[in-house]
Amino acid sequence: MGWKRKDLLTMQELDAGEIRTILDTAESMKEIATREIKKVPALRGKTIVNLFYEPSTRTRTSFEIAGKWLSADVVNFSASGSSVSKGESLLDTAKNIEAMSPDVVVVRHSSSGTPQLLAEALRCAVVNAGDGAHEHPTQALLDLLTIREKKAHLEGLHVVIIGDIAHSRVARSNIHGMRKVGMTVTVAGPPTLIPPYVQELGVKVSHRLEDVIADVDVIMMLRLQQERMTAGLIPSLREYSRLWGLTLDKLAAARPDVLIMHPGPVNRGIELAPDVADGPYSVILDQVTNGMAVRMAVLYLLTGGKAQ
Amino acid sequence: MNLLIKGGRVIDPANGVDGVRDLLVQDGKIAACGPALAAPEATPTIDAGGKVVCPGFIDLHTHLREPGYEYKETIATGTRAAAAGGFTAVCAMANTFPVNDNRAVTDYILAKARVEGVVRVYPVGAVTRNLKGEELAELGELAEAGCVAFSDDGKPVMNSGLLRRAMEYILPFGTPVISHAEDLNLAAGGVMHEGAVSTELGLKGMPTAAEEAMVARDIVLTELTGTPVHIAHLSTAGAVRLIRDAKARGVRVTAEVTPHHLVLTDEAVRSYDPNTKMNPPLRPKRDQEALLEALADGTIDAIATDHAPHAQAEKEGEYDHAAFGIVGLETAVSLLLDRLVRPGLLDLPSLVARLTVGPARAFGLPGGTLGLGSQADITILDLGRELTIEPARFHSKSRNTPFAGWQVTGMPWMTVGGGRVVMWERVIKGGFGA
Ligand SMILES: [Zn+2]
Repeated sequence: MGWKRKDLLTMQELDAGEIRTILDTAESMKEIATREIKKVPALRGKTIVNLFYEPSTRTRTSFEIAGKWLSADVVNFSASGSSVSKGESLLDTAKNIEAMSPDVVVVRHSSSGTPQLLAEALRCAVVNAGDGAHEHPTQALLDLLTIREKKAHLEGLHVVIIGDIAHSRVARSNIHGMRKVGMTVTVAGPPTLIPPYVQELGVKVSHRLEDVIADVDVIMMLRLQQERMTAGLIPSLREYSRLWGLTLDKLAAARPDVLIMHPGPVNRGIELAPDVADGPYSVILDQVTNGMAVRMAVLYLLTGGKAQ
Repeated sequence: MNLLIKGGRVIDPANGVDGVRDLLVQDGKIAACGPALAAPEATPTIDAGGKVVCPGFIDLHTHLREPGYEYKETIATGTRAAAAGGFTAVCAMANTFPVNDNRAVTDYILAKARVEGVVRVYPVGAVTRNLKGEELAELGELAEAGCVAFSDDGKPVMNSGLLRRAMEYILPFGTPVISHAEDLNLAAGGVMHEGAVSTELGLKGMPTAAEEAMVARDIVLTELTGTPVHIAHLSTAGAVRLIRDAKARGVRVTAEVTPHHLVLTDEAVRSYDPNTKMNPPLRPKRDQEALLEALADGTIDAIATDHAPHAQAEKEGEYDHAAFGIVGLETAVSLLLDRLVRPGLLDLPSLVARLTVGPARAFGLPGGTLGLGSQADITILDLGRELTIEPARFHSKSRNTPFAGWQVTGMPWMTVGGGRVVMWERVIKGGFGA
């Protein structure tokens, strides 16, 4: 199956076949990481611009390594703060970048919708590396790849996503992606961190951790931003970690083959107890490895590669 | 300032008139309305056959931006946009720079309007100094200088005690307070309606409760003080309910709705086009339906544009950072005719009433009627005209509209102010002050 899209902006826009194409391609890319010389010429002569308006060493590095392993030239632009505070508008920046004739622009921005605006303004491919509280599609894809590897299939699995759903682009992308491949999704957290009408995205909602961990195949913990406390969304970190933190104790109720995922970086002791984060259920490091594979696949497909 | 308008369908809700009539204007006033009128020799005659002749439209909610933000709009360009859109009078909001919180600014606006404006300008004074919500503006002087209402529009007056004092103080002047109903703590920095769409888009939402809590408070303060309150840009079903109940109890509350809340829903935000960003935000269909119903049954008194011009740089790029608001004067009437009247959601006489007698009564303004002896402010509509909304052709200085490229049928054909033709076929013929 060929790849038709110019951009990768959301999981919402992808169908199950497209998701499968990316995951299959990513699987074939994983082998590159095991080679002694980690380099294939697939993207030689192509230029990838990493345009990061929000600092994220992990995601940026992952895209950077993915590009380099495929022999692309990778240029990093980080813009501190918003473009508005810099006095240069987003669309000005877009025009300047266009003038450098890149093949792919990878964009991370604190405002939802920015990748879509850039994609409309740019001729080259645009990859959303996280926009506001909207989407983070490559994260969802690497999560799906990790689950598929461990469980051998996706359809019929039940996932619970726990924590700050309201502000999480990871949650949104995963909800769309998981539902499209036939998984059941429950979201859980205190009501102040669950966005209104989230059921309309096709998920179940729970407000008690104990009710949800017993019969799921995957537990996905989200990172709690400490500013949620000062914003008055939770009374204290202590209370949050007591009610919503995952400990070995609470995990006793879970299935023996449950997977524990986290998009990182983990607040150890808040959402995950250290012995859970590093324990046998955790696939957090597999997620990181699969991140590179998924990003190689996405860059490859968007620059005209054919799925294998 | 004499004119004979022949053979149009005259719709004058203030006087219960709806039929083919001639309309005679003498010395800037309505002199006669009836079949086959004769006019003195040399009276200019307009053939309005097949057209609709109404009292001049009044916009209760316009941001003219002058003084201070002339790069967005000026009194000259804003009143031209008004005339082109079929309005013969606009109420100018106080959030200029300096703020219209003292007589000197009101005098400046009125003087500028006399010289450079082409339609009537009624200033709205600030409730609090510098719109800060801390101390009262000089409300008495502002009223004497010609302010027709008071509002910190753009922001609510969050301090209920202070608003109570303002309402008590202006009681003798008989002017209403205009409420920008938004509880800032509940709205909490939202950029769109809080609901299923905001959740999906990951944009911060403003709940309908932010509006409804303040509408309820302001109704209570009207009952306490006796000063009428006018709810600006009503947008939620809950607020409609509160106003309907208050009116039934005899409370002096009036309300307006904007054309964009009547023709767009929060689904439009999916484009991330900053021209869909307004405050109050575009709401879901169920709220829109409640607004339409309230417009038809008279719970909503007026349609107002909330004309909010912004320069291009303020309305492009990231949705979060874009300014709130769109221009409205030049698109309002065509949108209303095409999207409300044509599909039968609102009958034409009701639409005309919400643009004429409704607003005039809410603020106690002259106009809004074709009664004998009243000022000859007249709007003539061509219901059959098809057009494409082209921002490049706007008279307004700003182009921020989500309606670019829309095909609509029906437009204001002629605007007459004080008996002079101000606008004809979108061309400005000159003001009536000059
Ligand atoms: Zn307002």
